[in-house]
Amino acid sequence: MEEWISIGYLLSAALFIFGLKKLGHPKTAPFGNQLGALGMLVAVLTTVISMQVQGNANWELIIAGLVVGSLIGYWLAVRVEMTGMPELVAMFNGFGGAASALVALSEVQKYMDGGDIPTGLKLTVTMVAAGLSALVGWMTLTGSLLAMYKLKGGIEIFGKWIRTPTWGPTWLNPVKVLLFLSVLVMIYLSIEEPTNETYLWGIIGVSCLLGLVLVLPIGGADMPVVVSLLNSLSGIAAAFTGFIIGNSVLIIAGSLVGASGLILTFIMCKAMNRTLLDVLFKSFGGNGEKQTLTRTKVGSDADEVAMMLDGAQKVIIVPGYGMAVSQCQHQVKEFADLMKEKFDTEIKYAIHPVAGRMPGHMNVLLAEANVPYEQLIEMDEINGEFPDCDVALVIGANDTTNPAARTGEGPLAGMPIINADAARTVVIIKRSLSVGYAGVDNDLFYMDKTMMLFGDGKVMMSGLNTAVKEI
Amino acid sequence: MTPEFLIGNMTLFILAIFLGFELITKVPATLHTPLMSGANAISGISIIGALIGSNVVYDNGNTELSGLLAFVAVVLAMINVVGGFAVTNRMLNMIAGKKRRGA
Repeated sequence: MEEWISIGYLLSAALFIFGLKKLGHPKTAPFGNQLGALGMLVAVLTTVISMQVQGNANWELIIAGLVVGSLIGYWLAVRVEMTGMPELVAMFNGFGGAASALVALSEVQKYMDGGDIPTGLKLTVTMVAAGLSALVGWMTLTGSLLAMYKLKGGIEIFGKWIRTPTWGPTWLNPVKVLLFLSVLVMIYLSIEEPTNETYLWGIIGVSCLLGLVLVLPIGGADMPVVVSLLNSLSGIAAAFTGFIIGNSVLIIAGSLVGASGLILTFIMCKAMNRTLLDVLFKSFGGNGEKQTLTRTKVGSDADEVAMMLDGAQKVIIVPGYGMAVSQCQHQVKEFADLMKEKFDTEIKYAIHPVAGRMPGHMNVLLAEANVPYEQLIEMDEINGEFPDCDVALVIGANDTTNPAARTGEGPLAGMPIINADAARTVVIIKRSLSVGYAGVDNDLFYMDKTMMLFGDGKVMMSGLNTAVKEI
Repeated sequence: MTPEFLIGNMTLFILAIFLGFELITKVPATLHTPLMSGANAISGISIIGALIGSNVVYDNGNTELSGLLAFVAVVLAMINVVGGFAVTNRMLNMIAGKKRRGA
C-alpha cells in the first residue's frame, strides 16, 4: 500500500528535475514550467489520494485551503501588470518560505499539545530541522515582503506615500552575524529543554528580524540578486521541513531549488561584476545620500530630435525602468518600424542585464510589443557597436548608462554599463535630470552631444513618432 | 526514527543539492526571472507537508493550533504554487512565443 505513495513522489521529483533543466534554455522553458506544474499536481494528488485510502481525510478543510489558495494565486498572477511582476515573484517567494516554516511549527506544536515529546534521535532531528526551517522560512517571509516594497519603491499608508528606506551602516553587519548565531544557540537550547515554548517563539522572532536587517541595506541593481537568494532559501526551508515529516519529495524538491537558486544567484552577481558577499555586506548606495544636482541642461523638443534622426543609418535603443513605468514599448516598436520604413535604418536594442528591476524585464516588455528577438542584443555584444551608431536613444535608463561606474569610485563602481556615451549623438528621454536608484549624478546627461527630452516616456515617444512622420 | 531512515534522508538531501548545482549552468539573462519564478513555484512543495499536517486535526482532539497553522500553510503554499506557475507561464509566453514568430 505504502509503495505507490513513494512511487508517486518519485515521479513528481523526476518531473521537477526535468522541469528545472528545461527552464534554463529559451526554447524549452515553457515546457519546463509545465513539467514543474505537472510534478506538483502529481505530488498533491498522491497525497490527497493516500489520505482518502487511509480513510481519514478531512475534506472540507483540505479542499477549502486548496481552492482559496489557488484562486488567490491565480488571480494575482493574471491580474498583475508587467511592471509589477518582480514584486509579485518576491511576494510568492515569501509565502512559500512562510508555508514551510508554518508546517514545521505545526509539527512541533502537535508534539507539545499532545504531550508526547519525542526522545533521542527523533527529538534532535525534529528540533534541528524545525529550528533551521523556521530560521530560513521566516527570514524569507520578512525579507521577501520588504524586498517587494523596495521594488515598488514605497508603501501607501492612509493615502500617504512613504518611501521604502535603504539604510545600512557598517555596524549592522556584526548584528546580522549575532542574530544568526543566537538562532543556532536557541536551537541547541530547544533540544535541551524541548517543552519550553519560549525558544520556539524566540527563533521565530529573531529570524523575522534577521530577514528585515538583511534586506534593509540593499538597493538598486542588487535587489534582484537578493530576491534570487531568498528564493534559494525558501527551497532550503522546504527541504528542512521534509526532514521533520520524513517526506522524500520535500527534501528532493527543496534542495534542488535551494542549490539551483544559489547558482542562479551567482550567475546574476557575475552579470553585475559583484560578489555575493559584496551584495550582502556592502550596501549599494545605501548611505542614503543622494548627490545634489548642481548642473542644468536645456531640454530639446521632438522636432529637433526628429531632424537629427533624418537619414540615420544605425540607431541603438537603450531601454530602462522608465520604459516599463510608462508602458511605452509599443510606441518604441512603432518608432523602430517608422525609422526602418523611412530611412532603412538599422535598429538594435541594447539590453543591460539588470535594466529595469529584474533581469529579463526589458526582454519581456519588448517581446510583448512584438519586437523581434534578434534585435535584442545583450550588453557585452553591443557595447562595441556604439562608436559606429548615429544615435543612441536612451529611454528611462539612468544608472545602467552612467559613466561614473567606470571611475571605480562611488556606489556604482565596478558595475558594467552600456556604452551609450560612445554613440555620435545621444538622445535621452527622462522625466528630469534627477539621480537614479543609486543616487549618483549622471555625466552622460550633460555631454554636448546629448539631447534631453524631458517628459513621460509614452508622451515623448508618441511626440517623436509624429515628428518623424512629418519629416 | 531509525538512524537508517535519517541517513537515507541525508543521502537524498546531499545528492539533490549536487544535482541542483549541475542542472543550472549557463542561463541567458532573459531567462533569469522566469527561472527564478519557476523554481520558486517548485519550492511550494511544502504544500504536501501542509496537507498532511492540516489533516491530522481530526486524528487527535487536542491539536487545534497545530491544525490551524497547517491550514494557513496550505493556503500560502497554494498561492505560491498556482501563482508561481501561472506568472512564469505568462512571462515565458511573452518571451518564447514571440521569439518563435519572429524567427
